[in-house]
Amino acid sequence: MLISTENIQYSHPGQAPLSFPDIHLKSNEALLVLGKSGSGKTTLLNILGGLLKPHSGSVSIDGVALSSLEGSNLDLFRGKNIGIVFQKPHLLAPLTVEENLQMAHYFSKKKGQEINRLLDELGIGEKSKSRVQNLSEGEAQRVSIARALVNSPKLILADEPTSSLDDENTFKVLNLLQTQAKKIGAALIIVTHDQRVKDHIPQFIEVKGA
Amino acid sequence: MNLFRLSWKYLTFRPLSTGLNVILLALGLAIITVLLLVQDQFENKMTKDAEGIDLVVGAKGSPLQLILSGVYHIDFPTGNIPLEEAKKLSRSRLIKNIIPLALGDNYKGYRIVGTNHDYLGLFEAQFDQGKVWEQPYEVVVGATVALREGLKVGDTFESSHGISVGSHDHEHDYQVTGILAPSGNVIDRLVLTSIETVWYTHEEETESEDENDHAQLHQEVSKTGFPEGDEAKEVTSLLIQYRSPMAAVQLPRMINSGTSMQAASPTFEMARLFELLGIGVSLLQGLAFVLIGISGLGIFIALYNSLKERKYDLAILRAIGASRGQLVFLIFLEGIMLTSIGALVGILLGHSFLAVIISQNEQGVAASLDAWIFLKGELWILVYALGVGILASLIPAWSAYQTSIAKQLAKS
Repeated sequence: MLISTENIQYSHPGQAPLSFPDIHLKSNEALLVLGKSGSGKTTLLNILGGLLKPHSGSVSIDGVALSSLEGSNLDLFRGKNIGIVFQKPHLLAPLTVEENLQMAHYFSKKKGQEINRLLDELGIGEKSKSRVQNLSEGEAQRVSIARALVNSPKLILADEPTSSLDDENTFKVLNLLQTQAKKIGAALIIVTHDQRVKDHIPQFIEVKGA
Repeated sequence: MNLFRLSWKYLTFRPLSTGLNVILLALGLAIITVLLLVQDQFENKMTKDAEGIDLVVGAKGSPLQLILSGVYHIDFPTGNIPLEEAKKLSRSRLIKNIIPLALGDNYKGYRIVGTNHDYLGLFEAQFDQGKVWEQPYEVVVGATVALREGLKVGDTFESSHGISVGSHDHEHDYQVTGILAPSGNVIDRLVLTSIETVWYTHEEETESEDENDHAQLHQEVSKTGFPEGDEAKEVTSLLIQYRSPMAAVQLPRMINSGTSMQAASPTFEMARLFELLGIGVSLLQGLAFVLIGISGLGIFIALYNSLKERKYDLAILRAIGASRGQLVFLIFLEGIMLTSIGALVGILLGHSFLAVIISQNEQGVAASLDAWIFLKGELWILVYALGVGILASLIPAWSAYQTSIAKQLAKS
C-alpha cells in the first residue's frame, strides 16, 4: 500500500467531529473522494497532505506515519512525496511559470522532472517564461498541475480540479492527471462533488460529513 | 531559484512601495552621512589650520570674526591696526613668535595675504614649483588656486580690491614666483605675498608714481618680523605663539584692556562656534532620525500589507515543502535587503550631496573638504539600517510563522 488511513477523525472548533472512511491505495491507482459541499472533503485532503493534523487515527504514506514527522521534516516529506493541486491555482505572482516550478524543486531539495519537458507535455511549453498574470485561467490551472507533478511525487492530491470547467475541459484535465500519475507511478486521489468525474475513475469513497 | 532571489522578486514586484521606502530611508541616512563627514573633516581642518596659533590680535570687533578672518580666511577682517602698536607688542617677553598679516585684495575671490616667510613655516608649506617671494609684487600661490586658475611660475595677474570678487582692479601686475604643494590647509586657497606688496598696491591709489616709489619696487622685502614702515602704515592681524603658559593668562588681558587692539584665542572661539552650530546639527540629526523612523514604519507597513496578500503564497510555499523557518527567513530577508539598499543609496547620496556642496563653493571653507573619504562611522549607518530592517520585519515574520496552511487555503 502506498497510502493507508485508519479511523481518521477531525473536529472543527464548535462543530461535531467528522469521521472519515479508511483509504487504502496502491501506486498507479486512482481514487475519488465524493461528498457534498461542507461534508469535510477538503479537510480530509488537508489531513492526507499533512497540512492538518487529525485528532485521532493515522495516515501512513509509503510506510511513513505522518504523525511521526514534525515541523520542517513534515514539510520536506510533503515537498518530496506529495503533489497537491488546489481548487484555485495559487501561483506566485512575482515569478514566471518556470520559476514557480523551480521553487518546488528548491524547497523539496529534489531534482524532480525536467521543467520544460513537463510544460510541453501539458501543452503550455511556450508559456514557460511568461508572467503568471498573463496566463488564462485554464493555463494557470495546468501550471498548478505541473507544479504538483514536477517533483515526481508518490501521491497526487487534487481538490475539485474540475469544478469550474466544462465537459470537454473536465475530460482533458482528468485525462492529464491520470496519464501523468501513471507515468511517474503515483497514486492519485481526487476530491470532488462533480458527478461527471465518476465516469472516468471507478474507485471511490464517500464522505458523509458529521 | 533560492530564497534570496525569491525575496528580490517580491521586492521588485512592488517597485513603487519598495522605491518609496528605499528613498525615505536613504534620505535619512544621507543626512546622517553628510553630518558625519562634515563634522569629522571640519573639526579636523579647523584644528589643523589653527595649529601653532595661540592667539590672534587685530582691530577691536567680534572675536569670532577676527579668528575666522585671521586664521581661516572666511569672514571679513575687523579692520586694521597701526604698525607701530603691533611692533610694540612684539617686544613683549611673553611672545615667542609673531606673524603679521595684511589683507585687502583678492585674485578672482582667492585672498591675497601679505605676510612674511614665517607664515609658510607655520604650515610647513612645501613648494611644488619655484621659490618664495623676495621683491614686492612677487607672490606664491596655494595649490588649489594654481590648479583652478591654471597659474604657473612666471605668470602675471592683476588683483582686485576688497576680499571678495567683483571690485575694481588694481593696476600693478603680480608675478608668480612659486606654487605650493597641496597641504590640505587653508594656504591651499590663498595667494601669499609680502606685506610691502599689499602696502604699495594701496598707496598707488593715493599717490602718483614718483622716482622714490620706483626704487622701492626693487628693494628686497623683509623675510621675517615686521617690515620697515612709517607711522601711517597698518597691518590687519597678528598671529602669536606664546613663550610660556603664563602668557595665556596675561597676554589676552593685557592686549584687550591696555591697547586699542583685541586678542582672541582660536581654540576658545572655535569651541564657541561649534557650540552654536551644535543646535543646527542636532536639529538636522533629529530630522534624519524622524525620516529613518518613518521609513522603518513604512517598511513595516509595506511588509505587513503585502503579507496579508501573500498569505496564500506562503501557504503554497509550505505545501511545496518550505518550512516555517524558511518563510520567516524570507520575510526578514526582504526587510534586510530593503534597508541595505537604502543604506547604500543613502551613503552614496550623502557623499554626492557633499560633492555638490563642495563644487558650488570653490573659494569657501567647504572647498577644502573631501567628499569621497569614507569613515568608520558609516559602517554604523549600515548596522543601524539593518537594525531598522530587522525591527520592521519582526511582526510580519512572526505572523508568517503563525500562518496555518490549511486554514489559509480554505479561505479562498
